[in-house]
Amino acid sequence: MSAHTEHSHAHGGPAVYTANLIGLLILTGITVGASRIDFGPANTVIALSIATVKAVLVGLFFMHLKWDKSVNAIIALAGFLFLGIFLMFDLIDLNNRRDPLPRNTPVLAAPTAVPESMNPLTTPAPKPWVAPAKPVGEAEGEHEGH
Amino acid sequence: MSTTTPELHTHGGHEEGHNPYHQHHFATMEQQFDTAKIGIWSFLATEVLMFGGLFVGYGISQGKYPAEFVEAHAHLDWMMGALNTIVLLVSSWTMVMAVDAAKTNQRAKLKMYLLFTIACAFIFLIVKYFEYEHKWHEDLMPFKYYGTGETGIRPGDLMPGSHGYATFFSFYFMMTGLHGFHIIVGIVLLAWLYVKAGRDRFSSAYYTPVDLVGLYWHIVDMIWIYLFPLYYLIS
Repeated sequence: MSAHTEHSHAHGGPAVYTANLIGLLILTGITVGASRIDFGPANTVIALSIATVKAVLVGLFFMHLKWDKSVNAIIALAGFLFLGIFLMFDLIDLNNRRDPLPRNTPVLAAPTAVPESMNPLTTPAPKPWVAPAKPVGEAEGEHEGH
Repeated sequence: MSTTTPELHTHGGHEEGHNPYHQHHFATMEQQFDTAKIGIWSFLATEVLMFGGLFVGYGISQGKYPAEFVEAHAHLDWMMGALNTIVLLVSSWTMVMAVDAAKTNQRAKLKMYLLFTIACAFIFLIVKYFEYEHKWHEDLMPFKYYGTGETGIRPGDLMPGSHGYATFFSFYFMMTGLHGFHIIVGIVLLAWLYVKAGRDRFSSAYYTPVDLVGLYWHIVDMIWIYLFPLYYLIS
């Protein structure tokens, strides 16, 4: 532990943390400002890029990854790497589908009104379908004809 | 957390210059500290993956209902979201200052910065409460409770009956709710640190719990950094 206390002043310090906070607040302002301008489909990409810069600043300086043993940064990056793999395969899949949601999604609300004649609570159930019986005489006559 | 439990080893005799927080199964204090760090970082990686799944689900749903998501997001107050972003960023700063104070044996400063961090966490939750209350009064609830309950249709929606609105608010409440739960857990952990700091348990020789709770607090902040533009600023 003595090694940690010796280096503690070289690691960051209040001045670095305060500068980092100011940088993060400025980037928050830029995020809000950028959302007011329409960049078309790039809107989300720009917002996520600024958020990623902020996350990297938090990780490097507030979470000490800049000065820590690299094993911690490797674990952190592994988390994001696997999230990236997850996201990548989802995007590949989405681009090859017309309907991204399963077909059996329960219907939340009927978009069109159901006619009253189809309401099972007020309309009696229809009579079961019965096959119409052929007239007996006609059937016999056919057989006799041959 | 078991590796960081400060247990007084009164039997002693492991090595010279014995640190009372040194647990006997670690060769050195530094190894003990590094092991705890690897543990918390592994946990933080699982946190990233847990929220990551929700983010991916949100992205897929936004691709499915782009128009509904833009219309629904107008019911969120971006000023409230921006305020909470600033509150969390400031709380991250007070947290890292608390870690620095613990590292440099400044007990009074450590307690002060811990209190500031807890105060920021409560401000965040109060703002969140007002946001949720507003949604409640506007009938903007998740799942089948969206709109007028059974029908899921809300007067004034451009596409009444579309799943998109309920989907947006389902993700909104799930993700901000899970994030809010992390804030509450953080408050409990910070209060525990404050009590320990009051008993003078932390010093430059041992401040592992302050460091680890700090890392947890920063990942909660990091998740909000992504939640804010994705929910409050979409177009």
